[in-house]
Amino acid sequence: MFKEYNPINNKEFQILDHKGKVVAKEMMPPIKDDELLKAYKEMLFARTADLQIVSYQRQGRIYTYPPNYGQEAISGAVGALIKDSDWLVPAFREMGAMLAKGVTLKELFLYFMGYEDGSKFSKAKKTLPISVPIASQLLHAAGLGYAIKYNKEKDLVYAFVGDGGTSEGDFHEAVNFAGVWKVPVIFIIQNNQYGISTPTRMQTASDNLAVKAIAYGVKGIKVDGNDYFAMYKAIQESIKVCEAGEGPVLIEAVTYRKGAHTTSDDPTKYRTKEEEEQWDLKDPLKRLKSYLIAKKIWSDKEEEKVIEQYKVEVDRQFLEAENYGPYPKEDIFKYMYAEMPDDLKDQEREYERFMEWKAARAK
Amino acid sequence: MVNAINDALDIKLKEDRNVVVYGEDVGVEGGVFRVTEGLQMIHGAERVFDSPLAESGIVGTAIGMAIAGMRPVVEMQFCGFIYPAFNQIISHASRMHNRSRGVHKTPMVIRMPYGGGINALEHHSESMEAIFGHIPGLKVIAPSTPHDAKGMLISAIESDDTILFMEPKRIYRAIKQEVAEGKYTIPLGKANVLSQGKDVTVVSFGAMIREVQKAIVMAKEAGISVELIDLRSIYPIDKETIAKSVKKTGRIITVTEGPKSFGLGAEISQIAIEEAFLHLEAPPARVSGYDVIVPLPKGEHHYMQDPLKIFYEIEKIVKY
Repeated sequence: MFKEYNPINNKEFQILDHKGKVVAKEMMPPIKDDELLKAYKEMLFARTADLQIVSYQRQGRIYTYPPNYGQEAISGAVGALIKDSDWLVPAFREMGAMLAKGVTLKELFLYFMGYEDGSKFSKAKKTLPISVPIASQLLHAAGLGYAIKYNKEKDLVYAFVGDGGTSEGDFHEAVNFAGVWKVPVIFIIQNNQYGISTPTRMQTASDNLAVKAIAYGVKGIKVDGNDYFAMYKAIQESIKVCEAGEGPVLIEAVTYRKGAHTTSDDPTKYRTKEEEEQWDLKDPLKRLKSYLIAKKIWSDKEEEKVIEQYKVEVDRQFLEAENYGPYPKEDIFKYMYAEMPDDLKDQEREYERFMEWKAARAK
Repeated sequence: MVNAINDALDIKLKEDRNVVVYGEDVGVEGGVFRVTEGLQMIHGAERVFDSPLAESGIVGTAIGMAIAGMRPVVEMQFCGFIYPAFNQIISHASRMHNRSRGVHKTPMVIRMPYGGGINALEHHSESMEAIFGHIPGLKVIAPSTPHDAKGMLISAIESDDTILFMEPKRIYRAIKQEVAEGKYTIPLGKANVLSQGKDVTVVSFGAMIREVQKAIVMAKEAGISVELIDLRSIYPIDKETIAKSVKKTGRIITVTEGPKSFGLGAEISQIAIEEAFLHLEAPPARVSGYDVIVPLPKGEHHYMQDPLKIFYEIEKIVKY
């Protein structure tokens, strides 16, 4: 498959077309109906949550948030294939994959409400926290990959970056290191067409992003990232490559950020309604839904029903996060070091003295 | 302040074809804070443009342009994103002039919003002036008002040195002030005495000035007279103005947002000791951040300097 879709030829791997029709039957991964439905529902849940978060943000109940809207199939496919023992190295637009690893929506809410506690991921220890400095996390993925190989384990690392991130030096260093070391890392570029306002064509003179794999001597493939089956298949093949000790792999997942970069961003400044409408036709969920309905294993009615359930669940977890309580002052000090220096203890006491003075003054 | 900075860029783009403005999202979108809004429309995409997402690339290419005689003004989208460019700043921008014995100049400005108090994500709230002030060969300045922002930025663009221009994003739109039309400059390296006082000197800069001014009102009610110095320039630092004030008041407090240790406060205190030791009536005091990562929004109030915390130190030092 990697030969057939050598990114040099700029051919995009697709199984399910924009209308939900299978166009490459021979490539179709064998997924059981119940598994497929589970994956679809997870993507639907992620989308429901995502849209709801944006509205919470508008109500001033949560701070800046980067929506996943339109990119759910990528995280969905990773979520279906990633094992508990694999590492997930997210950027900041991978909600579905994070939830699949066991991160809770409540934790994500806490994080975007401004509590570091939201990055504890108590049930997803092999998921790294969200990484804001673009592409910097990819080197950690290469290092995690080295540790896996060193310890002769069978696990994998799934590492994410955006199209803009491929311009950063760290992206190139990470793929290069992973290539030199031949470590089991699947790098996934979510090419959602924009780095904030800057279109992908202004990030690179290359025909596509997957082609960057060639220079580092690793396998790469450009995939329709809004096609769940294509993403699933590409990841499955990448797992094989990694398991054979021939990793890493670089996947470019071509998608579209239907929402804003973050809730602070206004896309009308840099893109047209026509373009948004064009991409809307390629929506990953609509596409899969048509397929499921044609297969008679899903219906509009069922969808409405689960969305209502999901809304309640999202709201429940949101309220839990909203009632998380005050942020104790110790928390800004106590995690700074494994062993806290005396000087920092003094600073904490100094703060306490100020708080006492403040309380006495208020009386 | 956003408009004042935009105005300064517009003026320099108009009068000097060597000036170009670029960075992430500064062109079509006009920057995430809209500081460069409209400049691409006026001056064209050859002079005001979006770069690939790579801070090291932005600063490194600016060095090349500057060596070739241009005057690039580049933007770092947030203070926390400057670190990929740190190598270019510390290894080249700050050294090229010395390395080439003055043959190659690097007249460029790196604009960077800094500071907390805006409920932002991680890496969006730091105030790391000390790191940059510590680099030999780099000048670091930060305005506290729209008027200063315009005049200082014009001076910075006209300077033959590399200048880090730190913009206090918390007060980007908080201060309404009439700004003179047309071109004017504010000399770099000179502090500004914002209010005269006799009991204690407070030295600060950027977004903290406004917080100090509120504390000064509280101090006045308590019968304490405060002299406020707005540094404007972190490096070079205006020793003369600081020393003169301390000789008058005998007490000095620094107010900065960055972490305490090895910070700007320590530097200023040492200047007071060296230049006015015999006039000091109390040990110099620091109001600063703690040596911790700036907390996310829910915990940020534990970290930030507010007027009450500043007043607390003012009262303490006067009673010493």
